[in-house]
Amino acid sequence: MALSKKTLIHMYETMNRIRLFEQKLQEFFAAGEIPGFVHLYLGEEAVATGTCAALTDTDMITSTHRGHGHLLAKGGDLKLMMAEIFGRQTGYCKGKGGSMHIADMHLGILGANGIVGGGGPLAVGAALAAKYKKSDDVAVCFFGDGASNQGTTQEALNMASAWKLPLVFVNENNGYGISCPQCKSMAVVDIADRAAAYDMPGVVVDGNDVLAVHEAVTEAVKRARKGQGPSLVECKTYRWRGHFEGDACTYRCTEELEEWMAKDPLPRFEAKLLESKTLTKKEAENIKERIVADVEAAVAFAKESPMPPVSALMEDVYA
Amino acid sequence: MSEKTYLQALNEALRQEMERDPNVFILGEDVGQFGGCFGVTQGLFDTFGEERVMDTPITESTIVGAATGAAAAGLRPVAELMFVDFIGVAMDQLFNQAAKMRYMFGGKTTVPMTLRMPQGAGIGAAAQHSQSLESWFMNIPGLKVVIPSTPYDAKGLLISAIRDDNPVVFLEHKLLYGMTGEVPDESYTIEIGKADVKREGSDVTIVATSQMVYSALEAAERLKADGIEAEVVDPRCLQPLDKETILESVKKTHALVVANEAVSFAGPGAEIVALAAEEALEYLDAPVKRVGAPFCPVPFSPPLEQAYIPNADDIVAAVKSIR
Repeated sequence: MALSKKTLIHMYETMNRIRLFEQKLQEFFAAGEIPGFVHLYLGEEAVATGTCAALTDTDMITSTHRGHGHLLAKGGDLKLMMAEIFGRQTGYCKGKGGSMHIADMHLGILGANGIVGGGGPLAVGAALAAKYKKSDDVAVCFFGDGASNQGTTQEALNMASAWKLPLVFVNENNGYGISCPQCKSMAVVDIADRAAAYDMPGVVVDGNDVLAVHEAVTEAVKRARKGQGPSLVECKTYRWRGHFEGDACTYRCTEELEEWMAKDPLPRFEAKLLESKTLTKKEAENIKERIVADVEAAVAFAKESPMPPVSALMEDVYA
Repeated sequence: MSEKTYLQALNEALRQEMERDPNVFILGEDVGQFGGCFGVTQGLFDTFGEERVMDTPITESTIVGAATGAAAAGLRPVAELMFVDFIGVAMDQLFNQAAKMRYMFGGKTTVPMTLRMPQGAGIGAAAQHSQSLESWFMNIPGLKVVIPSTPYDAKGLLISAIRDDNPVVFLEHKLLYGMTGEVPDESYTIEIGKADVKREGSDVTIVATSQMVYSALEAAERLKADGIEAEVVDPRCLQPLDKETILESVKKTHALVVANEAVSFAGPGAEIVALAAEEALEYLDAPVKRVGAPFCPVPFSPPLEQAYIPNADDIVAAVKSIR
């Protein structure tokens, strides 16, 4: 697949933005500066990046509680995200949503979601709206291996297929539903096999290869835009951190983590770009330096922003 | 203006809103050619086609969730669940997704979705098809809860619900579908959150909802023979609740009975008597009374079911115990 240099560089930037943003979150969470839960996406950057690079601004996504990567890949603003995660008034949700509920309707982000399997039906609605309005838009439902066992996900797969909705199900299979490994929670090895039950294409891709993800999702999006219905793309990946920050991760072994960290999607992609001379070492460094500065600016913005006033407590319950 | 059933009033509301606004569409189980479990959507499929009257698989979660997602994406869906009892299957999509989306997202979205659900006992449908669950929905910030008793109210409130930018739970009573009343042919709205005084009186306030409004009116007629003039207040909406109209009436009559078909314990009546206790205690000459269903599932056998449903006798007895 011949991707333009612009697209490739954009994908490289996005992956680095997610990585550096989250590493900063990890640091601040450990320092006790972030309230609540934080579920990091480290190690899974290729999935969100490869997927969202196949989408337009008006295409819609539903996300999960591990949503930072999806949001950033869809164009989410670093400052507004950081401020929200710090619980500030200037955040995406005025400090009312936090990490698990960030949304940006202008970017088609129908929200991260605190409920495992919560996004499937909403994505059906988004895809239904696109079809109803006869727009060219598609919806993408990001969901994890844990969510694939929820009834809502199966209902959504079924309804999307029965109605030939422009919907792409992107399964992020990171091997664990919280602490429960896939082998204990389902009999199938490939979640993509379940697509057959709904008569839709189901493909397995290396979720740590951003180009492989992008190619598979682009194919699925094309199909969706042509009115041929939904697809399921299973991306095999791994989360480097625990389910949440602070999770001791006693349920998995260091060897497994090391094995996956050796498959880090970032250096893999960088090596490809260097090899094809799409990117020079110097350019790569410049990009990273710029993102480091952007993340620092986002942190400064968040920290300088006020907490929401208590007077906002009862606002926005109703329209 | 002509005489119409509650069912016809609802059907007319749907038809007129669909004609007015192309973003309004219907989805649910058997709402298409079949016309809906109780017939509310009859004929709409023939007029608007399957693109706007969508038969879904039997998947309540995704009916509610798809309506929510479509509403967030700019449409105005009217979803139907065959029976309110099935909301348990779809509760997450209603209370964690639809109801909270706006607040969680800092006011950045609206969810103009209407969820129609028939409730109530009286047709021998037993425990899983007969409940009255309004107190569940009243307890969830972000939802509006509409519970009309008359054909006139049903039409005006359903039109308002469809035009409302919030998720509205619209509770119909199965036994009311055949009730008749004067209903204007043209489109009209009734403000959501505005109670209606169905009968004026000076001696006791009976706050009654849904089908219990008729029992309350019957009780009022019987009490009249004993020289007691009852005022019957129908909130029509439980969220928002028209506190002013209820309190005004209590301040006038100095006595309060609340009648609903839901289970009395922690039911909708509990909120209304608490309101009177908090804000009008000094006006009350007598203890407040609640009339509601006993704390058991709805039974099947007709005599048991009839014993379960509160009626005019219960309301008369409650009033007489305090007046």
